[in-house]
Amino acid sequence: MRPFDARRALLSLAAPVLALVVAFVITSIVLAAVGDPVGEVWKTILAVPKPRQTVNIVNAAVVFYLSAVAVAVGFRMNLFNIGVDGQYRVAVFAAAVFAGEGWLPGWLNILASLVVAMVVGGLWASIAAYLKVRRGVSEVISTIMLNAIATGVVSWLLLKVADRAQGSNSIQTRTIPESSQLQGFQLVPGATNRVYSLVFLAVLVGFLYWFVLGRTRFGFDLRATGRSESAAVASGVNVPRMVMTAMIASGALAGLVGMPLLFGQDYNYGTTFQSGLGFAGIAIALLGRNNAVGIAFASILWAFLDVQSNALQIQAGVAQELVNIIQGVILFAVVIAYELIRRADKRFEQSRVARELAAQRSSAPATEGAPA
Amino acid sequence: MADRATASAPAVELEGITKRFPGVVANKDITFSVRRGTVHAIVGENGAGKSTLMKILYGVQRPDEGTIKVDGQVVNLHSPADAIAAGIGMVFQHFMLADNLTVAENVVLGAEKLHGIGDSAKREIRRISEAYKLGVDPDALVADLGVGARQRIEILKVLYRGAKTLILDEPTAVLVPQEVDELFAQLAGLKDEGLTVLFISHKLDEVLKVADSITVIRRGTTIDTVDPSTVNARQLAELMVGSELPSPTTEESTVTDRVLLRVDHLVLGGGTGRPVLDDISLTIHAGEVLGIAGVEGNGQAELVEVIMGMREPTSGEVYLGDTDISDWHTRAIREAGVGYIPEDRHRHALLLEAPLWENRILGHQTEAPNVKGQLIDAGAAKADTERIVKDYDVRTPSIFVTAGSLSGGNQQKLIIGREMSHRPKVLVAAHPTRGVDVGAQSSIWDHIRAARREGLAVLLISADLEELIGLSDTIRVILRGGLSGDFDPDVVTAEDLGAAMTGAGEREESR
Repeated sequence: MRPFDARRALLSLAAPVLALVVAFVITSIVLAAVGDPVGEVWKTILAVPKPRQTVNIVNAAVVFYLSAVAVAVGFRMNLFNIGVDGQYRVAVFAAAVFAGEGWLPGWLNILASLVVAMVVGGLWASIAAYLKVRRGVSEVISTIMLNAIATGVVSWLLLKVADRAQGSNSIQTRTIPESSQLQGFQLVPGATNRVYSLVFLAVLVGFLYWFVLGRTRFGFDLRATGRSESAAVASGVNVPRMVMTAMIASGALAGLVGMPLLFGQDYNYGTTFQSGLGFAGIAIALLGRNNAVGIAFASILWAFLDVQSNALQIQAGVAQELVNIIQGVILFAVVIAYELIRRADKRFEQSRVARELAAQRSSAPATEGAPA
Repeated sequence: MADRATASAPAVELEGITKRFPGVVANKDITFSVRRGTVHAIVGENGAGKSTLMKILYGVQRPDEGTIKVDGQVVNLHSPADAIAAGIGMVFQHFMLADNLTVAENVVLGAEKLHGIGDSAKREIRRISEAYKLGVDPDALVADLGVGARQRIEILKVLYRGAKTLILDEPTAVLVPQEVDELFAQLAGLKDEGLTVLFISHKLDEVLKVADSITVIRRGTTIDTVDPSTVNARQLAELMVGSELPSPTTEESTVTDRVLLRVDHLVLGGGTGRPVLDDISLTIHAGEVLGIAGVEGNGQAELVEVIMGMREPTSGEVYLGDTDISDWHTRAIREAGVGYIPEDRHRHALLLEAPLWENRILGHQTEAPNVKGQLIDAGAAKADTERIVKDYDVRTPSIFVTAGSLSGGNQQKLIIGREMSHRPKVLVAAHPTRGVDVGAQSSIWDHIRAARREGLAVLLISADLEELIGLSDTIRVILRGGLSGDFDPDVVTAEDLGAAMTGAGEREESR
């Protein structure tokens, strides 16, 4: 590893902290401008979460984390997979149908369903990858359109396979057998609800993400492509194949996003299944700087804001959608702050290199040659 | 000086100009003055601070200290608009012309207020063209014009905006010797009309030929201003470098009869027009350096990309030894022993934001010591980077700094060290000394000579004719995608090559 560099560590912490402060200030201004109770709002949001809410935060963070890692795989090579949203919905639908049939017992059913979800998510993403590689279609456009198509396809297929409960408007897939339902862990004392068992899945995915991208040849090729596609091509990376692989990997990870919900909470896929997780993933991946640990912190922050805002309407009389403003401002501020810090860092390093070289030269005047 | 009449004041006068930058040689106490109606040359090696100085003069950057006087008046240049208002115009090395517009449209672009965009603008363009004998037709389409003509349009653009002092940044870099002579005749014409020309260059022969006065810059500061009639190229070079100028010379021939790289009837289609590469055949033996000369854009970049597997040829084959590698991927070609020094190291050879040791892996991601199986062996790669930094004299404080923070010469030494570390059989080097300082240049030449001695086949593409003549065993010229016959570097002159580079007898086209 690179020797520890205090300045660098400080700089990388400064950006998110700065962004949070900016978000705090701007949101306060917005609240004050429309005459909402500023103090009450922050008291509600920043209150210490009750045990039950803590569990909710952890659970939401697990799902966000999977989504953000899926997005980050693409980001690391400059691929903007906006389609995680569609990919996870198609995948969770397929997995729910598969698991609902209960062909395999207990854990085996869960593992097989995870594989089904990854395969389906990957396949869905491969459409965008194929279009990009073969036809030069921007993955941003194609994945956005595939999100819309996913919505249609899933609703249509859901009607075909749904179990409709008597006297209810909601429709869903067949509920998975009890032996494959995960009860979760009693991690937080005093909470009646439980943390998803599949929190393990998030940890595993995070570790694999760090290991594969940072430690393997494949990861090096992927990061090189993201940093400079032209240099990657010249270094022998087969960029079209890399685009296919990265996009499919991103889609396969997206397939896992709905799994903690499916096996730990809903036990089937229906019209009430949580949506919009893919877009949250984009924001969280940006906030976490595509870093396995950074994304974990960003997920927890995002989940914290989401859960804490539930009480806004009751406690402060402010619509809970306010949290979207806060999240949006954080995102803007953080993206700007990262760019500013990146530039400052580059300049600082250049001048440091120049200074150290000048020092070397003056201490060893015998070395001849031109200025560096 | 202030009491002198404005008429006799210098056109431009710089005093104590200082500019500090992180990480690069900037300007320190630059002082000189330019007489009106003269061609004044600024010479200095790459990285000496010429470009910064020009940017300051053109208002792109502000000096930290010092004053600029134009016609005896102190001016504050905050932007290029200020510079133009003060009568200073800049002709950039890289032309800023829109190909799909006519000459007149290009000239009026951004200066619509002066003479409108219609007939009166065209009349003004014709008037300037005739007054300074530029031979520019306002209705011609820029896409149809050659390099020399484009440069004249750039000059006309500046005159159209009312410049009295023209800055030409390395104007001959893109020209062949014959076009250079034409340019010099035009500069003389401008001078006769009372205009002042600041001529930036590092080509000493040209400077001696054209300038009335020469200011030498070294390490960001003015060393001396000399009269060209009292110095020769050698003395000027020593002023510029501060020591003896290295020159590229090969030792005795090491060419063997073992063919290492063979290109056979290679064609690369260019869409609708004529092919980009037109039936190219060449052979390089072990221990041989084959130099390719040519004006940029005649297919040299594409030839390299086809050999390196980055482009698929339309027809024809590339052989490494006896193996046909035409449809191999770049990675396989590199693994098979083809070292590659790309033309544009920032785009093709480096990850600028990655540390040096990761850049050492780049291009050899599948080879020892960088990897163990499917895993990156960071420890071994770092150790080997330390070795390259030491053996190839890469000046850096550590192997953990980003590649982007090194100077061009040190980046290039790292790249050469990396490529040579994998014992290549063939080395493809495109413009290996472009944009590097003289110290690095001579060590890069040494490495190429060493490669030749070790029995590599070297394909050397360069725009520097002296470098080609000095290093190559055989020189060929590429023109519009076709290769000329062999030139013997022992007898060929830069003028001969220049003629072949334009296509002798076809010179009318460049008008």
